[in-house]
Amino acid sequence: MLLIHCPYCNQTLPEAEFTYAGEAHIARPADPSSVSDEEWRDFLFIRTNVKGPHYERWRHFHGCGRYFNAVRDTVSDRFLITYKTDDPRPELSDLLEKSK
Amino acid sequence: MSSFRVSGRGRVDHTQPIQFTFDGKKIKGFKGDTVASALLANGIHLMGRSFKYHRPRGAVTAGSEEPNALVGTRRGPGRFEPNTRATVQEIWDGLQVNSQNRYPSLSFDIGAINDKAYMLFSAGFYYKTFMWPKSFWDKVYEPFIRAAAGLGVSPTEPDPDHYASRYLHTDVLIIGAGPAGLAAALSAARAGSRVTLVDENAEAGGSLLSEPSAQIEDMSAWDWVGKTVAELKELGVKLMTRTTAIGYYHQNMVGLCEKLTDHLASPDGETPRERMWRVRAKQVVLAQGALEKPLVFDGNDRPGVMLAGSAQTYLNRYGVRVGDKAVILTSHDSAWYAAFDLADAGTTIAAIVDTRAEPNADLVAEATKRGIRIMAGHTVTGTEGRLRVKSVRVNPVTGSSVGAPEVIGCDCLLMSGGWTPSLHLFSHTKGTLAWDEERQTFLPDHKAEECEIAGAGRGLWGIEAVLNDGAAMGAAAVKSLGKDIAPASYAVANDRPGTGVSHKELPTDLDAGKARAFVDYQNDVTAKDLRLAVREGMRSIEHVKRYTTNGMATDQGKMSNINGLNIASDALGVPQPKVGLTTFRPPYTPTTFGAFCGYHKGSHFEVTRKTPIDSWAEENGAVYEPVSLWRRAWYFPKDGEDMHAAVDRECRATRASVGIFDASTLGKIEVVGPDAVEFMNRMYTNPWTKLAPGRARYGLLLGDDGFIRDDGVIGRLADDRFHVTTTTGGAARVLNMMEDYFQTEWPDLDVWLTSTTEQWATIALNGPNARKVLEPFVEGQDMSDEAFPHMSVAECRVGGFPARLFRISFTGEVGFEVNVPAHAGRALWEMLWEEGQKYDICTYGTETMHVLRAEKGYIIVGQDTDGTVTPLDAGLSWAIGKKKPDFVGKRGLARPDLVAEGRKQLIGLLTEDGKTKLEEGAQIVLDPNQPKPMKMVGHVTSSYHSDAAGRPIAMALLEDGFNRMGETIYIPMADRVIKAEVTGTVFYDPEGARLKL
Ligand SMILES: [Zn+2]
Repeated sequence: MLLIHCPYCNQTLPEAEFTYAGEAHIARPADPSSVSDEEWRDFLFIRTNVKGPHYERWRHFHGCGRYFNAVRDTVSDRFLITYKTDDPRPELSDLLEKSK
Repeated sequence: MSSFRVSGRGRVDHTQPIQFTFDGKKIKGFKGDTVASALLANGIHLMGRSFKYHRPRGAVTAGSEEPNALVGTRRGPGRFEPNTRATVQEIWDGLQVNSQNRYPSLSFDIGAINDKAYMLFSAGFYYKTFMWPKSFWDKVYEPFIRAAAGLGVSPTEPDPDHYASRYLHTDVLIIGAGPAGLAAALSAARAGSRVTLVDENAEAGGSLLSEPSAQIEDMSAWDWVGKTVAELKELGVKLMTRTTAIGYYHQNMVGLCEKLTDHLASPDGETPRERMWRVRAKQVVLAQGALEKPLVFDGNDRPGVMLAGSAQTYLNRYGVRVGDKAVILTSHDSAWYAAFDLADAGTTIAAIVDTRAEPNADLVAEATKRGIRIMAGHTVTGTEGRLRVKSVRVNPVTGSSVGAPEVIGCDCLLMSGGWTPSLHLFSHTKGTLAWDEERQTFLPDHKAEECEIAGAGRGLWGIEAVLNDGAAMGAAAVKSLGKDIAPASYAVANDRPGTGVSHKELPTDLDAGKARAFVDYQNDVTAKDLRLAVREGMRSIEHVKRYTTNGMATDQGKMSNINGLNIASDALGVPQPKVGLTTFRPPYTPTTFGAFCGYHKGSHFEVTRKTPIDSWAEENGAVYEPVSLWRRAWYFPKDGEDMHAAVDRECRATRASVGIFDASTLGKIEVVGPDAVEFMNRMYTNPWTKLAPGRARYGLLLGDDGFIRDDGVIGRLADDRFHVTTTTGGAARVLNMMEDYFQTEWPDLDVWLTSTTEQWATIALNGPNARKVLEPFVEGQDMSDEAFPHMSVAECRVGGFPARLFRISFTGEVGFEVNVPAHAGRALWEMLWEEGQKYDICTYGTETMHVLRAEKGYIIVGQDTDGTVTPLDAGLSWAIGKKKPDFVGKRGLARPDLVAEGRKQLIGLLTEDGKTKLEEGAQIVLDPNQPKPMKMVGHVTSSYHSDAAGRPIAMALLEDGFNRMGETIYIPMADRVIKAEVTGTVFYDPEGARLKL
C-alpha cells in the first residue's frame, strides 16, 4: 500500500484514503462547441500512457475530498511530487534532479 | 524409541513424548518435532507422491522451502488443510496427518503409471496433448485435467477458525532471526530504536540452531542465542516467531503472517488461528539467509535423497539421524560438516563424493581422521530403490568424460549444490539483482526501498562473517534514523566457513534422454524438459518457465530457480545474467485465504446498507434483493404467493387505489450557493434558469462523451438551492463527477455539494388515493392540484416532521415522495400505513416499482442504458436544453458516431403470442433463417409481465429501432425462436391522464 501526500491536508496518508483520477493537465476546452471532432476526441480519449514519470490526478476521497495532481513513476510507483490543482505543472527535469 | 533418535540431542524435549497419526498409523515424537522430523525419527522417508508422475517422495529439506513432503492435516471437525508442509507443521497429541496424491495407498499408487509413461508428459505436454481435435476438449481433455490437477484435496466445510489483522509501525523491521538478524537487532535496539524481529520458525536462532558446536564470544552458539534473545527482550524488541514475512511492498510496508494455534493441541478458542500484520517500517533489514540447492542427477528425487544441510538440521535441532548409512554428494564445503556431525552421531558415511577434483585440504584431513572414504572429482549418476534409496552409482569424471560406475549401498544420499541467497522479498520491491560470477549466483544490487541486506542473503558465508555483517547492517539501518552506534565485533571459534562451485545437471553415463534428473520436484520438471523447451524455441526464461512449469510449484522455485537457470543458460549458450531470473511474487510461502480475509467474512465481508424503514419491511415479510450495497425490499408475498402473484397484486393495488414504497436508497445531493443554478446548467442537459423555486424537473446527466450517466428528479427549493436525486447505485459516482468538474474545471463557481442520501428517509405514495392518505399529515402546504401540481416541491411538515415533499411519479399514477429526517422515517411510514388502511393501501417492493415504470416507458439508467446510449437513442431528446451554450456532454453529442444513422435505439417489444415473456439480455435478429453466426441487431433490456397491459411487455435496444415501428423481429432462444413486434415504449395510459388529480 502506497503512502500519498495530500497537498491540501499536508499529510502523508495510506493509499486506501485516495482514489486515482486519470491523467492530469488535460483541460476541458473553454468553448467545446468550437473545437474540431479530432480535438474533442483527443480531449476525451487520447492519453500519454507513459512508462516512467506520469502526471496524474488523485482525489483524497476519504479525507478532504480534494482533487490534486501528482507525478508518479509508473515503473517504480514512486511519487516524485504531489501538488495542488492550481499549482503550475512542475518541470520533470527539476523533479528528477531533486529525487536523486 | 527408534534407533534414528539420538538421545539427548537436539532442541526437542525428550521428556515430552507426543503421539500423532500418519495415514492412520500411530507415530511417536517429542515436543518440538515437526511432522517430518518425527517421521524421520521413525525411519519413515516416504511422505508423499509427486504431482505429475506420482513418484514416491520424501522430505528434501527441513524448512518452509519444502517441495515434496506436502501432507493433509486434520485438526478436528472442519479443520482440514491440504498441502501442509510436513517440515514446518509442529506435532501435538492427536494431530491427524495424511499423505496426498496417492490411491489406494502411499506405498502402492495407481497414478504412478504416469511415471512409466513419462515420455508422453514431457515439457509443454499440456499444450501439445490437449490441442486436437477441438471436440475432445469438453468431454475428454478438460475432465482429465481437472481430475489430475491440483495438489491434495480442497477442504469442503466452512472454516470454523477465525483470523485477525493488525497494523504495526516500527523503526526497524528485521526479517530473519538467524545470526545476521540477531546481531542486527542488537545493534539497532542498543542504539535506542524501536525494533521488530520476525522469524518463520518456532524459535529464534536460524542456522545457529543447526550449529551447536560453534563458539560465539566464548559461549556455545545456543547459549549465545539464549542470551541475545533475553537482551533483546530487555531492550523492548518485539520478537515474533512462527511469523512469515510474506510480501514486501512499497514504502517499506511488509506483510507478516503470524501462525498462532496450528502448533497447539487444544487452542483456547479465543485466539485467532493466524494474524496478518501490515507493518510500516522506517528501515527494513533482510536477514533471510540462504537456501541450499539440490544437485541435478538421475534419481535425485528418491526418498532418502535430501539436502545435506537439512540432514544436519534434523540431527542437531531435532536429534534425528536421517539414516544409518549415508553417501554425501556435494559441490560445496558445507556438506562435509554435515557428514562429520552425522559420523560423530553414529551414522556410517559410506563416501563423500565431491564433484570438485581438489576439495579443501583441511576438510579432507578431517574426513580422513574419521575414516571416511573421499571420492573427489566424482559424481553420482543414479540411485536405486523402490520407495527409498538403497544404493547409488558413483562415477569418476575427467573433463567431460564419465568413467565406469561403482555401486555403493546406502539408505540416504545427502547432497549440496551450494547455497542461494534468499532474495525473494528484496525482489518483491523491484530491487535489482546482479550476477556474481565467483559465487555463481545473484546478489542484491540496486535497492528500491529503505533497506539493508545482511549476511548470507548477500553472499557471505560462515558464522563470524555473518554476525559481523548483521551488526554492521543493524547499525547502518539506525544511522539513517539519526542514531549512531559502533557495531559489535564478534569472534567465533569452531566456525565453518566454506566455498563451492555451481553446476548445471551433473554429467552422466546414461543415455541423456533417459536420465530422470529433477529440477523442480513438485512439478516433476527434469533437466531434459528444460532443454527440450529451449530446443522447441523458448528463448526467454519466462517462456521456459511457463512451458515446463519449472518454478511454478508452491515452493515458487526456491529449490529450482538457479538450477533451472544454469541449465537453460547452457542450453541457450547464453550466460546466466543475460538469461535473467523469473519474477518473484508474494507471498513468500503459501498463505491461507483466512489470513488475507481477516475479519472480512460472513456479514463483515461487505457492508449491507439498510434504510430507516428496512426493519418494518423485515417484520412484514419482505423478500430482499441487493442493489449496489443496499438491501431493498423486492416484493411482499402474502399467504404463500409466489413472486409473480405478489407483484401482480402489488401492481394492481397501486393502480387501483394506493401503494406505498420505500425510496430512501435514492441518491440525494444538495447543491447550494450563489452559482448553484449555473452549476446545474453546466452539469445537467436540462435548462434550469427558468425553473422556479417550488418546481421540480427530470434531470439527465451525461458524460462529456455524450452518453447517459445518470438521471433523477431535481427540485429547486430556492434560487440558490437544489435537491438533486440520483439513481440508487449512481449516488457516489455522480457526486464524484460533480466534484471533479467543480474543483478542476469550474473553480470559479461559488457552490457547495453535499451528499444527503442517508440524512433523508424517502417514502413514495402512488395511486389515485395517494393524496387522500397523505393530506391529513401535511402542514404548511396546500395540497390542491392548483397549489401543488405535478412536478412540485415544497418544504413543509408531514406527520409533525420537517419534510421535503415532492409531487412526482415514477408509476404514471398520482404520486408523492416525502423526505423526512432519517430518524423519522419509520414513524411516518407507520402513520401513513395506518391511515392507508382506509384505502386498502398496499406496500410494494422494487420489482413492482420496475413493472409500473416499464409500463410507462420510464427508463432505468444502467438497465435500459449501458454506457453507450445517448439521450436521442433513449428517446429523451426532450430533456436537452438546446439553447444552452454548453453542458457536460453537449459537444460529445455532436460526435460523428453519435449523429450517425442506424444507432441502437430504445423501443418497446410485444411478443406475437401475447403470452411469452422475453428474457432480459436476449439477443435480437432480423432474419431467423440466416446462417450462423447470425447478425445480432440488439438486445432486450427490460421485460416483465404487465398486469395493467394484461400481457408481457419489454423494452429493447434495437439497431435503427425508431424506423422499425410495427416490424417483426426475432429472438432466437436455445429451444425456439420468439417473434415480437416493435412498438413504442409506453404501454399504459399514453395520454398521461392518470397523473391528474
Ligand atoms: Zn486531503
